[in-house]
Amino acid sequence: MPDLGGGRCPPAFGLPPEYFRPNEGAGRVSALRYGYVTGPGIGVLWAFVIATTVAVVMSFVTGDAYRPALLGCLLLGGLAGLAVIAWRTPAALIALVTLISLALVLMQIVPPIVTGPTVGAGGAAAAGAAFGLCLIVPLLTILKDTALGALTRHEFEEAVIRFLMGFGYIFFTAIVLIPFYVMVMTSLKNQSELMANPLDFSIDLDKGWDLFSSYTELILEFNFGSYLWTSFYVSVLTVLITLLFAVPGAYAVARLRFQGRAAFSRSILLIYMVPMIVLALPIYIAFSVTGLRNTILGIVLIYPVTTIPVALYMLQGYFRGLPSEIEEAGLMDGLNRLQVIWKITLPLSLPAMASVSLYVFMIAWNEFLLAFMLLDDPSKFTLTRGIASLDSSEIPRQHLMAGSVIATVPIMVIFLGLERFMTKGLTAGSVKG
Amino acid sequence: MTAPAPPKGTGPLARREARLAWGLLFPTIAAVSLVVVLPLLAIFWISFKPVELADLRPPAPVVREDLRGGPEVAGDEATIRYRLRNSSPDVPITGVTLTDTLPAGLEVVDLDERCSLDGRALFCDLGDWEGGFRDQVRLPVIVSADFLDAGIGPADSEPEMTGRADNILTNFEFTTENFARVFDGSEFWNVLWVTIFYTIFGTLGALTLGLFAAMLLNHSFRGQGLLRGLFLFPYVAPIIAVAFTWIILFDPFSGSANALLVQMGVTDTPINFFGQRPYALIMVTVFAMWSYFPLSFLFILARMQAIDTDMYEAADMDGASPFQKFWYLSIPQLMGILAVLFLLRFIWTFNKFDDIFLLTGGNAGTRTLTVNVYEQAFAISNIGAGAAVAVVIFCCLLLFSFLFFRYINQEEGL
Repeated sequence: MPDLGGGRCPPAFGLPPEYFRPNEGAGRVSALRYGYVTGPGIGVLWAFVIATTVAVVMSFVTGDAYRPALLGCLLLGGLAGLAVIAWRTPAALIALVTLISLALVLMQIVPPIVTGPTVGAGGAAAAGAAFGLCLIVPLLTILKDTALGALTRHEFEEAVIRFLMGFGYIFFTAIVLIPFYVMVMTSLKNQSELMANPLDFSIDLDKGWDLFSSYTELILEFNFGSYLWTSFYVSVLTVLITLLFAVPGAYAVARLRFQGRAAFSRSILLIYMVPMIVLALPIYIAFSVTGLRNTILGIVLIYPVTTIPVALYMLQGYFRGLPSEIEEAGLMDGLNRLQVIWKITLPLSLPAMASVSLYVFMIAWNEFLLAFMLLDDPSKFTLTRGIASLDSSEIPRQHLMAGSVIATVPIMVIFLGLERFMTKGLTAGSVKG
Repeated sequence: MTAPAPPKGTGPLARREARLAWGLLFPTIAAVSLVVVLPLLAIFWISFKPVELADLRPPAPVVREDLRGGPEVAGDEATIRYRLRNSSPDVPITGVTLTDTLPAGLEVVDLDERCSLDGRALFCDLGDWEGGFRDQVRLPVIVSADFLDAGIGPADSEPEMTGRADNILTNFEFTTENFARVFDGSEFWNVLWVTIFYTIFGTLGALTLGLFAAMLLNHSFRGQGLLRGLFLFPYVAPIIAVAFTWIILFDPFSGSANALLVQMGVTDTPINFFGQRPYALIMVTVFAMWSYFPLSFLFILARMQAIDTDMYEAADMDGASPFQKFWYLSIPQLMGILAVLFLLRFIWTFNKFDDIFLLTGGNAGTRTLTVNVYEQAFAISNIGAGAAVAVVIFCCLLLFSFLFFRYINQEEGL
């Protein structure tokens, strides 16, 4: 009979002893770990997050002045945090906190959100109510396991983690959405409106189709329709040429045995790490000398080469995952290798092909540096090059933003439609469970 | 009868397979070496040459032809004038000749001593030209009615010029001046410091944000797919679109961010985020974090979802707290992908050019090595110096790749 350790804790996996005694030393709990400290503490932090969020949202929506105030947040957040763990009567608490913050913001007595002189009662009421609701409802969830007295490490950390999650959702949504919101809204306004109040993104719906005047101007006068088409067919051609090169190459690296295979599959990635600007210089020289500069042909020749290595790398990861027995069966039945690729491997790897195509399309669509350096003739611009040409002091900013929207929307639509493929494609071959 | 032994060397089947493999790889190898390896060699070559942007057009003799004197009736005198110049201000051209066909109906009165006329064909031997050389050849002619009726000018037949010039790109003149310029003075160290700051903080920030975002989405709830799509937006949108949006958002005069900061009382006067010294570098680094956290988020999330949940259940049984589970289980499990992502993103951030170029143009203390390539080559028009910076970048990159391969040798996965 082996010694099982006499009932003591097994010396497991080199984990620190602390790991096995999570609540050790409850006598010297840090001051933070008492419900009446944790609750109000998290309440105050959450109140400040919400006050800032509501102030920013209200400012962006109405263009009026709102700002978070420390004192109000301290007071309301602290009280709300304490109230949640002391009473635990959700409905009453929600009503109470919402009403109090509504009243405080409306009357501006120790308000969590200070409103500017131009803000009417409606705006203030909305801000107050929104603050109250967004403060108390998540707080009820965050502090749902928190008791008034000493907390176990578990309860304390759960509360902190839930707070961090809430903060994270708001933070990431804000940093992602604000730039795109500004992009779209700026494109719908005009220069003088923008200068008058940079925060005012409200749009005047009475203008009807005039709202989109930047877009019509871009398409009619700045030739953006043709840029859109150029970008589209250049990207599609890039995808086709890339696949034409990458599929046989990836198959060879994944399946066939030859000397230097390991070295080759490594150097693919190495090539992907050469910075474009280093290559752009000689390419610029070579294209200038051969007359390929300023032609779409030159762009179509150069784009696939920048995408072939990464496409080859992604595809070979996928090909390796396919069972080779099917291909061997095909070989036994009299197909040659090329037929095997065409009739067996390709049909099996359609999802991978879709994701690689999507990724390559995205790279080609978004490519800026080469288009910027190689194209000078406005009739041959791609979209990104066209936007770069809008960046001058004579052209109003809403045109620049409208151009950006025109370039962003198609790729976003394609991407959101095929997001699953994209996610799989990007992580293909590199992450294995 | 010899003892059976395993076959040595490669058999015919193996050779056929290898041949097929190289056949399939050949197009890729050819294309990539044409566009990657050849330019890299070219960069090394150019970096030792005193090349300016203007030298890219090889020096050539240029001619403009016109008819002076405005002849109106037959018998009028006029002059065919060839204005000649060397297109390069400093490179000599040797053995310059001019050939042209004179239109019918022009009687040449006096032939320049350098030229000869055979029928209507004019040939001039103009000798050697210094850089910046200018000259004229004048041919006084008498106009006949034929010429006036035909309504053609002498310029209708293009004069042709030939000449040999020394092309700076292909000759064997070398200099180390480019490298001397690049390493000269404090500027280089400043550029290097900016590059290192941008690369390290941009990479670490993108990884941290990506890890945080991945943890947010690592459990299923309604709308998870939507949020995941949303979090990838910064990576998917064209860099030029988002860069301009950031510029407009943080504009000191009409930017919403500044208006918001002033209104919230964070600052009294608007901050010129992309034009002021400490802020510009911080802002481009923040931009790098913002636009590349989605990539690390995606990879980390994929790895997280592949972690065995049994471990967490075991840890729960042992009474591990959430932070302990994160620190002692998740982080060690994610270490591999984090390290690989760090190296990849480090190299890619180091290589990044478009972002900074679009946001600040390398001004206000944001000039990284890659921006310096562009500055030297196109802003100062010194292609040789730009190539020298590119060589420096390439050497750094070789070092990183060496580390990279050493590391991923031990790392399964990539």
